[in-house]
Order: sequence, then C-alpha cells, then structure tokens
Amino acid sequence: MSMPAPHPTKARSLRRAVLGSRSLMLGSLITGVFVAMALISFVWTPHSYASLDIPNKLKGFSSDHWLGTDMFGRDVMSMIMVGARTSLAVALIAVGVGVLAGVPLGLFAAARRGSLADEIVMRANDLVFAFPALLIAILITAVFGPGAVNAIIAIGIFNIPVFARLSRGAALSIWQREFILAARVSGKGKARISVEHILPNILNTLIVQTTIQFSLGILAEAALAYVGLGAQPPTPSWGKMLADSQTLIALAPHVAIVPGLAIVLTVLGLNLMGDGLRDVFDPRLQRGRR
Amino acid sequence: MEKLTLDIGGTPILHEIDLSVSPGEILGVIGESGSGKSMTALSIMRLLPEGARLGGAIRLMGNDLAACGERQMCGIRGREIGMVFQEPMTALNPVKTIGDQVAETVLVHTRTGRREAMEIARRTLERVGLPADRFPLSRYPHELSGGQRQRVVIAMAIALRPKLLIADEPTTALDVTTQAQILKLLQGLVREDGMGMILITHDLAVVAGLADRIAIMRQGEIVESGPTLDVFETMRHPYTRSLFAASVHQPLRHRPPEPERQMDPILDVRDAVRIYPPRGRTLWHRPPAVRAVDGVSLAIRPGENVGLVGESGCGKSTLSRAILALEELQGGEIRLFGKTAGPHMPNALRAGIQVVFQDPFGSFNPRWTVARLVAEPFHLMQRKPVDAAARVIEALEEVGLKAEDAHKYIHEFSGGQRQRIAIARALITRPELIVLDEAVSALDVSIRAQILDLLADLSDRLGISYLFISHDLSVVRSITDRVMVMKAGKIVETGPTDDVFNNPQHPYTRELIAATPMLSTALSARRERSSDND
Amino acid sequence: MTRYIAGRLMTLVLTLIAASVIIFLVIEVIPGDPARFMLGMNAGEDAVSALRQQMGLDAPLYWRYVHWILGMAQGDFGISYTYKVPVADLVAQRLWVSVPLAVYALALSTLIAFPVGIMAAARRNSATDVSIMGMTQLGVAIPNFWFAMLLVLVFSITLRWFSAGGFPGWENGIFVGLKALTLPAIALALPQASILARVMRSALLDTLGEDYIRSARAKGLTQRQALWRHALRNAMIPVLTIIGLQFSFLLAGAIIIENVFFLPGLGRLVFQGITQRDLIVVKSVVMMLVFGVVLVTFVVDIAYAIVDPRLRRRSP
Repeated sequence: MSMPAPHPTKARSLRRAVLGSRSLMLGSLITGVFVAMALISFVWTPHSYASLDIPNKLKGFSSDHWLGTDMFGRDVMSMIMVGARTSLAVALIAVGVGVLAGVPLGLFAAARRGSLADEIVMRANDLVFAFPALLIAILITAVFGPGAVNAIIAIGIFNIPVFARLSRGAALSIWQREFILAARVSGKGKARISVEHILPNILNTLIVQTTIQFSLGILAEAALAYVGLGAQPPTPSWGKMLADSQTLIALAPHVAIVPGLAIVLTVLGLNLMGDGLRDVFDPRLQRGRR
Repeated sequence: MEKLTLDIGGTPILHEIDLSVSPGEILGVIGESGSGKSMTALSIMRLLPEGARLGGAIRLMGNDLAACGERQMCGIRGREIGMVFQEPMTALNPVKTIGDQVAETVLVHTRTGRREAMEIARRTLERVGLPADRFPLSRYPHELSGGQRQRVVIAMAIALRPKLLIADEPTTALDVTTQAQILKLLQGLVREDGMGMILITHDLAVVAGLADRIAIMRQGEIVESGPTLDVFETMRHPYTRSLFAASVHQPLRHRPPEPERQMDPILDVRDAVRIYPPRGRTLWHRPPAVRAVDGVSLAIRPGENVGLVGESGCGKSTLSRAILALEELQGGEIRLFGKTAGPHMPNALRAGIQVVFQDPFGSFNPRWTVARLVAEPFHLMQRKPVDAAARVIEALEEVGLKAEDAHKYIHEFSGGQRQRIAIARALITRPELIVLDEAVSALDVSIRAQILDLLADLSDRLGISYLFISHDLSVVRSITDRVMVMKAGKIVETGPTDDVFNNPQHPYTRELIAATPMLSTALSARRERSSDND
Repeated sequence: MTRYIAGRLMTLVLTLIAASVIIFLVIEVIPGDPARFMLGMNAGEDAVSALRQQMGLDAPLYWRYVHWILGMAQGDFGISYTYKVPVADLVAQRLWVSVPLAVYALALSTLIAFPVGIMAAARRNSATDVSIMGMTQLGVAIPNFWFAMLLVLVFSITLRWFSAGGFPGWENGIFVGLKALTLPAIALALPQASILARVMRSALLDTLGEDYIRSARAKGLTQRQALWRHALRNAMIPVLTIIGLQFSFLLAGAIIIENVFFLPGLGRLVFQGITQRDLIVVKSVVMMLVFGVVLVTFVVDIAYAIVDPRLRRRSP
C-alpha cells in the first residue's frame, strides 16, 4: 500500500475494465441494436407500419414479412422498429425528467441536511412513493385522457423521488468526507461544493441507476400502452401490439411473442449494461486494480 | 500447550515465518501496515481470504493446523484458539444480545444446554469486567461503548478458556485510558488461565510493557525476534533500530525565543460554547442538548505551537471546527488576527488559517489533479494570483514533492505523500496559523517521524503557528510549546508542554499520562523487574 | 418501541391526508366541472345539474373534501354514476379478488426468492449461482402481462390445465377460487421473485463480508452456521424494504394482470371507471390502493423494529 506501483493512466485502465466486463459488452450490444432500429425507422422500414393488407393477415415469417403480419396484415417488423422509437423515447424522456428534477432536489436536501427544506423534500418523496406509477397514470388519464405524453408525465413523476432519494443518500456520504471540510475551509459555499465536489463523486451511482430506471421505464410504458393508457393508435407501441394480439394468441402466437421478446431483450440489455457499469465503477474493484 | 511453530511459505504475502508461544506467555508481533502481521494471525485461524494458499506447518500442541480440514478447524476455533479483533464497533452482530453472542461460543463446541451456556456467558462477562447488574445478558451491542464492546469480544474469545489467544490490534481503536484497562485485562486473563497470547500491534510501547517476547515483521518477514528486553537492548537488525528511533523521534526544532506575552494573539478564543441540538427529537420527547464545547478560552501567539489533547468525544474536533469558522458558536467569541471570526467572515480572514486533517485517503476529491487540489484555497483570494501555477509547484517542493506530481491524481500517492500534499494545500495561501487535526494519527511511525520533521522545519522557516490537535500525547509532546488538556468540553489544564508532562496538576492529566504507553518508561520498568528477579 | 410505532402511525396518517388531498384536487378540481366532464359535452342541462346535486358540487371545496373523507371513514364512498349502486359495495366485492391475488403473489414470490437467493449466496460463483443469476436477470426483464399471456398459451390453450380467465367466485369453494387465481399469481410473482432473489443474494453477500461474521467464524461456527445465525437476520433489513415496495408493485401489477385474465377485481373496476368517466369510482379505488400501499409501508416499518433492536429505542 505504501509503495505506489507503476500504473496505467486512468483512461486506459477504464477502457480495459469496460472491455473486460462481459455484461457491459453484451448489454451495450443489445441496447445498441434496438437504438439503431429506432433510428433507422425514421428513414426506412421494410413496409409502411400503418398500411393495411387484410388479405395477408396473420402471415408467418417470410422473406417479404420478416416477422410476419398482424391481424390487419401490417408488417410486424416495421411495427417493432417504429415501436422501439416510442418505447425508447417515452422511457428516455421520463427518466430525463426524473434526473433533471430529482438530482438537484436530492443535492439540495443533502446540502441542507436536517433542515426544514430537507424534511419537506423527503416527505414529498415519501408521498409520491405511495402512488405507484400506474396509479399516477390512472389519475392523469381519468382527467386528461390517454396518450404518450401522459405516460411520460406519469413515469417521470415516479422517477423524481427515485433520483432525489438516491442522490441525497449518496451525497450525504460524500458530505461526511474530509475533502468537503477542506473545501469549506477554502471558503466555498454549499452550492459550489455540491457542483464541484459532490456531483462528480456520485455520478457513477447515478449513471448505473439511470440505466436501471430506463429499463423500468420501458416496462412501465409497455404496461400502460397494454391497458390503453399509453400511446394511442396509429402510433405503434410494443405494449399496444401485445394487447391487440392477445385474443389471437391461439391462432397466431408469433404476433404475441415477437413484441414481448422485443421488450424482454431491450430491458435485459439495459440491465446488463447497468450491472456491467456497476462492476466497472465499483471502488472495491478499482482499488484492486491500482 | 507446547511450542507452536508457524512456517508459511509459497505465498508472496508471508515468507517463512517462524513463531512460537508457550503457555502463559505473551508474544508481541510488531510491524507497520502491510507487514503481514494480520495475515499471520488469520493464517493461524485458517480464516484467510479466498484464493490464499498456505504452506509450511502450524503446530498447536503437536497438531498440524495447516493440515486440518475445515471441519476440524471449526472445532478448534473458539475452543482451542480465541481471537480478538481491532474494530470493536463492528465485531459484534448488532441484532443479537451480548449474552447470546458469548453463549454461542459454548453452544457451538459443547453439548451444554442453553441455560447452562447462558450461565457460562454471565460468568465470563463478569470475568472481563461487565458485571451482571449493570450489563445484563439481554443488552445489545449498540447500548455499549467501544471499550465495553471490546470486553464482550474478549469474553467470546475466552469463554471456553482456549490455549491460545490471538489479539490483532485489540486497542488501536480505543482511547488511551480504555486501552490501558483492556491491556491489563488481557494480561490478567493470560496469567490466570495459563493461555499463550499473540499480541499484534504497531505500537512498540504497548508491546514493551506487556510482551515477554517480541517478533518484528517487515514485508512478510520476521526480521528479528527474541525476549523483549534483549531485542530492545541489542537491536541487531537495522529495521528494528529505525523503528525504535522513529517511535521515540523528537523533531529537531530551533525554538523561537519565548514568545513575548504582550504580542497580540493571532487566535483568541474566549468562553466558547458550542451546543448541539438534541438528536432524535420527537413531538413527545426532547433529549437534553449536548454541550460539546463548554466555556473554552485559549490564545495562540505568532510563532507558537500549541497542542490540544483529549480522548474521543471530548470536544476537541468540535472546537477545531469552530476555530476554522465552519460552525457557529452558541456563546463566547473567537477572534482571528484581532477580528471577530465566524461562518460568515470574509474570505481574506479565512486565508490566514488553514487545516490538515487526519485521513490521508478521505481528505482529497479523488477526481481532481493534485494541482487543482492544492490550488483550491486560492478561492479565498479576490482573484487568482497570476503566478498560481508556480505557487502550487513551490508549495509542493516545500513539502518534499516534485513539480511533476502536480498532474497526478491522488490515488497515485501513499499515505505519507498524501499528508504532504495536504500540508502543501494548507500552505498555499501563506497562512499564519495551521490547525493540524490528528494530522499524523493515521500514519505508520516511520512516516509519522518524517512528517513531524517536515512540520517542525516549516514552522521554523516560515514562522507558522500550529494548533496541534491529537489524542496521542507523545506526538503532542514532541512538537508543541504549550499544551492544553481537554475533557468533556472543558479545558482542565494548560501550561508549557514540558511542565504539564513532567508535573501534571489535574487528576485527569495524570490519568492520561499514566495510561499512555511510553517506550522508555516501559523498558526501564522491565529492566528493574528483571534485575529484581536476578 | 411504543414511541417508534406512534411515530410511524403519525407518518401513516399524514401521508394518507396528503394523498387524499392530491387525489381530490386531481379528480374534482382540475376538470373544472366534474359533472359536466362525466356526462360529456352533449348532455342536457337537467342531467348535469341533477348529477351536480348528487355529487354535492354546490358546496364549497373544503366542505366537499371533508364530506368525502368523513363519508369514507364511515364506509360511504358515494354512488357510482354508471352502476347506480354504492361504490362501497362495488369496491368490497372487488377487494375479494384483488387482495387475495396480491397476497397469493407475494407469498409465491417470497417462497421462491428466499431459498433461491440464499442458495446463490451460500455458493457464490458456483455453477448454481451463475445459472440462478442468469435466470433472475431474465425474470426481471419479462413484463408480467406478457408472461401471463404466455402462461395462458401454454397452460390454458395447449395443456388445458387452467381456464384462460374469469373468476368463479369463492362460493364454489376455496380451491376453485385459488385455482382461478393461480396463473395470474404466478405471472405476477415470478418477475418479482427474480428481483427479490437478487436482493436477497446481494444483501447476504454484503453481510457475509462484515466483521461480525469473522467474529462468528473465529468462535468456531462453520460458514453455513454463520450465514444462518448471523447473516440472515441482518440481511433481512434491505430485503424487507424490497418486499414492502413489491407489495405496491403487486397491487399495481394486479390491475394489469386482472385485465389479461378478465378477473373482476379493482383493476377492471378502475378501467371501466375511466372509460365511462365515472370519476366517483376512480377516486375511491385510487384512494383504496394508496391506502393499501401506505399500510404495507407501515407494516414493513414495524417489521424493521422487530428485526433490528437499534430501531426500537430510537425514534425515527
């Protein structure tokens, strides 16, 4: 310990860790494929996702329709590609809302630990936790009607306390460290310390949680769309595709299985990425590498 | 118990260690961090981390433990060999009562019933000084202090009167007065039960007072071993000599002429009171407030080094935070350079006082370069000096580091180097007063000696004053002109360092000094004893 | 301990009050005129004013809120606009499906997750551990309603072991009722069990690294004894948190799963309420669900104190 061994630079050891983590590689690959599909769908899909072709309904896999057709003869592959767009966009924006509102709240509460402001932030968080995302969505749609935007708001609201609580907890432990005292002796205020010292040191935790919340967001979006509270037709969405195919599951199982697999793979990819990142960032492992 | 020899080879951690302990004998194993002394203990217990490979032989009364299977070892641990660990705060299961935890040792190894095991637990706890009327078996660990918890850990280890007791830094986490009690307890138990004991520590003074024989370890090897007095008197190995020298090291100081009394103090604390609001307050219940600092007055004059000693919880850290203007006072006043100090004081005033903390690992933001870390106090200046980069390098060179270190990250440095960087950071605003809050407490003795030399040199050359806060009396003695003793929020004694140490007035000061293991006193007492025996 | 419980009870009441205010505001204030909203734009003026009368919309806002709360406290949830029956009766009927389903699923999830998680932790890095972790990774990623559809495809349509949906009612015997809830409960439980098993494993591994485990081993306990006697109870603290959170996920999940299996539970009721704009039903059901979630949080807090003696003395 007392002898600092010669070591590679930070960037190089990080790169080696990333390449060494199989879950991170696999997870990024899967996620990358779906992100690519969503992006490609803007310029090209095998067929138009909305064009009906009743005579060719419920067809199996073929060279023309890679993943078959649904009950209206729409191309499933095209719908999956455009559906990826909906899923990823809704989850991404909702998590973004959670991060942008939750992290500052958490940092603020941690900087004023024990104060009234801290208490209010934390109690408000507890209150939101009493409403599972689905209940928020139900309340919103009961009054405003269903839609993708309302799904985003519902999932986003639910994400705020998740990030607020996580960043408060992580920030509190950093506030205990002596380098914070050193910064205060240097005359720095709480806001400045939060940005310069606290945020960079809790970033790893936040990144890992973001991938996890992202995958939960995709699951939530699918569930909301499935019960009709999410994106409305004609916008394709994986959850909606499942709802439509449910009654036909005995007749054409593949129409129900394909969108489900798309959800599973995306969520799996994101979770693997989260696990991998956690390993890469784990301070215990880093110390071992030093 | 017959001779135990330990011989480990094959792993790069330990190289062919030979040790032996006889019944009723205390073997002291001394080494600095990373010397492999804890690994030696875990090897005997066969509780090594995964992937460790053990070679050689460990014989306990003829049985080779190194060849024992896991099942046999479980029968030996706790019954034949007991172990006491360093950190009493975490060594006990928080959700089980102390009675259950001591009785468990009995239940695992013998066929006694639960009632009988609890009876043994009660007797054992009484032996270690936890009488049943004040410490019933139904207590939980969180209801006990550190010293009391360590007694419970000892009770767990000796409940079945093992042949060998291994104590790995058993008192390092404790205050000196508690340390003295625990060491005395261990010594008594060894004599009563005729156990062998291996006492592992970094503190030469502790071993000198207690151990019959000692072994000195460095980098996984034993460099010297033998009867305690012999080793200290002959010191065959150069490492033993350097370790000894570092332990009694007195940094060379060209003391400034006695500071004139009429010079205005740079720091003047008058009747400071710091009250913490009660914790765990509810609508129904309001526990009393804690008076962490209770009417403290002190003054530091230019060029003067003042020590502040006291045990944990006495309020010395709270006082230092108040002096650094990090916390508001509830009473009294602090004046820096003649101006009132407080959390809202101007940055220019703050620049005159800087700080070095204890933890060489926690006091730097791991994501910043050394240059940025050292330059952080420039924030106190109205505008960053034009020669900022040059001044960072100057500060680094001042503390014995190199200019190119500025571009490295903190994890690339050892504990001693980090403490040098902390000092560089404190120097960068050219302050007149530096608060050293346990600044050398986490360092090994040889590194500590170097840092003390550096501090003495800086003080002489730059005319900086120190407020040197520590629980370690010997360190304070070596570097300060004046010393204050603090207890329960109050300063109980103050005076020139030598006077206070040679002729303590307050009973608490006497107790502290008596409890502090001193290498020289321990050795001379030992010499007397051995000449008495002759 | 009493003080701890009193403190938690206080939190429970305050959360319920705050939650009820939010629900009230969203349902009764945001739409402007709830009666007009419920009836739609084409409704006649007479019908709207009749409904306004029935809902007591002429009264001031705070009085409507107090009236609603006092009514609920006495079991009066108002009259459903679409069904023309007391909402309390509707909810009571549906509770007999939703609550057993959630409890059944929670029991399944715990029964599966505990042994699996403990086994994985006890044999860390073994083939068992790796395959368990792989399975749970997959389980976490599966949406429960899709899993439910697959279960129907396999066990109802192909194997014909279970019916694909509907609920015969408890009058026909408890086993008939339980059988009808089995597929929905499995669909709900497996993804949750995967999460719980992972939490159990990592909590156990964390506690196994603690100093007191080393102390226990030094006393002569085997690895296995140390795990069962010392690690398990300490690992329960994070596990309890997750179980508490899961119950609310199960309640919410049940709303969706009820739609897959056409079960007459609260979920079906609330969706019918939404499509028919029956705000009285929506308001009451959401309040019931929030009450359930908050109550479970309270129970979990009490369970903490039982597991961890440090909480018993201190107040929150």
